[in-house]
Amino acid sequence: MAKPIEWFSARLHATRELTPDVRLFEIAPERPLAKATPGSHIDVLAPIDGRLRFRSYSLVGSCADGLYRIAVKRLASSQGGSLGMWRLKAGEQLTISQPRNNFELSYGRPEYLLIAGGIGITPIYTMALALNQADANFRLLYAARSRRDLAFADELASHIGERLQLFVSEEGQRIDLAGEIAQLDRRGELYVCGPFGMLDTAKRLWREGGRPAALLRYETFGNAGSLADAPFTIRIPRLGLEIDVPANRSMLEALEDAGVDMIFGCRRGECGLCVLPILEASARVDHRDVFFSSEERASNEKLCTCVSRAACGSLTVDTPDRTLTPAHSSTGPGARV
Amino acid sequence: MNALTSFPLNAWYAAAWCHEIGRELSARTICGKNVVLYRRTDGAVAALEDACWHRLLPLSLGHLRGDEVMCGYHGLVFNSAGRCSHMPAQKTINPSACVRAYPVAERHRLVWLWPGDPALADLTKIPDFQWNDGTQWVGEGGTFYQLKCNYRLVIDNLMDLTHETYVHAGSIGDEAITAAPFDVTHTGDTATMTRWMIDIEPPPFWARQLGQAGHVDRWQIVTFLAPSIVVGDVGVALTNTGAPQGDRSHGVNGAFLAAITPETETTCHYFWNFVRNYRTNDAQLTRELQLAHVNGGAGVYDQDHRVLEAQQAAIDKNPRSPFYDLNIDAGALWARRLVDRMLTDEHARMMANLAAE
Repeated sequence: MAKPIEWFSARLHATRELTPDVRLFEIAPERPLAKATPGSHIDVLAPIDGRLRFRSYSLVGSCADGLYRIAVKRLASSQGGSLGMWRLKAGEQLTISQPRNNFELSYGRPEYLLIAGGIGITPIYTMALALNQADANFRLLYAARSRRDLAFADELASHIGERLQLFVSEEGQRIDLAGEIAQLDRRGELYVCGPFGMLDTAKRLWREGGRPAALLRYETFGNAGSLADAPFTIRIPRLGLEIDVPANRSMLEALEDAGVDMIFGCRRGECGLCVLPILEASARVDHRDVFFSSEERASNEKLCTCVSRAACGSLTVDTPDRTLTPAHSSTGPGARV
Repeated sequence: MNALTSFPLNAWYAAAWCHEIGRELSARTICGKNVVLYRRTDGAVAALEDACWHRLLPLSLGHLRGDEVMCGYHGLVFNSAGRCSHMPAQKTINPSACVRAYPVAERHRLVWLWPGDPALADLTKIPDFQWNDGTQWVGEGGTFYQLKCNYRLVIDNLMDLTHETYVHAGSIGDEAITAAPFDVTHTGDTATMTRWMIDIEPPPFWARQLGQAGHVDRWQIVTFLAPSIVVGDVGVALTNTGAPQGDRSHGVNGAFLAAITPETETTCHYFWNFVRNYRTNDAQLTRELQLAHVNGGAGVYDQDHRVLEAQQAAIDKNPRSPFYDLNIDAGALWARRLVDRMLTDEHARMMANLAAE
């Protein structure tokens, strides 16, 4: 029951490189849109492989000056979204949604721990500034592969000083997630944004620490897994279909392209509506959802088709379609197609 | 909510008397926001958006489970910060699932709620309503929930007491009110109407309170605190005993207190009290004063409410008819000016187009 997205015209005001792989986009909506609260994102419609598709990006900063800022990391395997964005030039027209927030910051907690990995800094940056403004008790642990990948680190340091701790993995530095969670106030909240593995570890440690699930806050746009995006094939014996999924399309999109009737809700691996049962998998299934528990994912019985995919090879699934079609029924009405 | 409202959202509003919020779910609409209030096991009050994230059923139709609220439809559970902590038929919780939690605080025997941006909710901005604490000043008030008029009509009513002459004849009304001059001053967030009536026959209510014969000096010093509080310092003292100069020892002093909370554009919740600093241990007098104000249609506030609701009904029927102003409206107009300034600031901050929430 997600609300339909309302689209608005905007113009790319300027871009700026934050790191060799991360570019800041300043977007000017044609008319003033809603003010954004920390954790908000906008959807951007951009041409990807010749079609308009939308991608969600966290807003960076408060946009008090009427400009929406997003930071986009250039990834070879991001289903084409980042490359399409990186091709945009200042002055070009864009179509964007108004800000929406699925990663709302709550105020008044006794303590906060913010954890960012790589480009996951974008919503966390805005939260850190808001918590600092509110004089809250918080720390931000920010990890990246190399020192030059630490986008926004200087701005953050100037605003929040010692509340910021940086971790550079190629220098052997790691966030001690278990230790950090253990020393967080029992009523404190943890906000995580980073790679899927980081989130998965945080969720496991949070659960093992006996902490209330509602106090672990995270968001996923469902666009990064533990394996690179690669083409694979879907087989649906019931419908007699074999569908190729290119590296830059999700399984749900490929099913829809092939005319398979699907229902869906969030399209980011949260709600579990587009789930299909797995009959057979010739290769590893990369589960990228947050709907299933880790045990359910390990059992490999079902997958969220909007975000999860096979590493390669073929994946045999079933669908809920029980329409009798000529291909499958000798008794059904022949005229039905 | 796209239309501009007549009330600022970034302010503390009275939402309930403290004693009204306990271990059950209480629904209210505050500034157009449907909220459900309850008291946690640690004694703190919580306020959540009164609509389940899933299918919008009011959470107030559900159940309080410990410190959390369970929706009465499909059993989703939300903690006091509005975070979903349980979903049916799945092992995980959708991280997007939450309802708004409103900042709330208890002070001066009332629960105050901030319906606007929670990042701006500053406890030091809770109105100074100390007369309602029940310590130095004593009285028992009440609430007119869902009074059928815009909240500013109540402010107009309290900021101009000449209406007492006509609406409250026989109790506190007196021709002297309309005859006496008044003075209006203001600061950045307050407006004050001051009127002294010197050497007059006390009206019946005040004659009984004073309990002494003779002419009096009567005062009405009514202060509005934007956007929704009115405190009226009122009383009489025997004339020529120095009351206008500051010595009220030969008189009786009360204060009418109003916290007027918008419910919708055309309704409000009117939290009222009348407190006094004389005969403070006289419980019988406390009851009598409460009855004098609200008495099944016969109290002075009942008289006001007939006027206020009829006025709103007339405005609704004639939406384009302007108000005309008299000089007696100066206090009310300053009050409206202060609210308008808050609204202008707030709307500028929100950049015209509010988010579809």
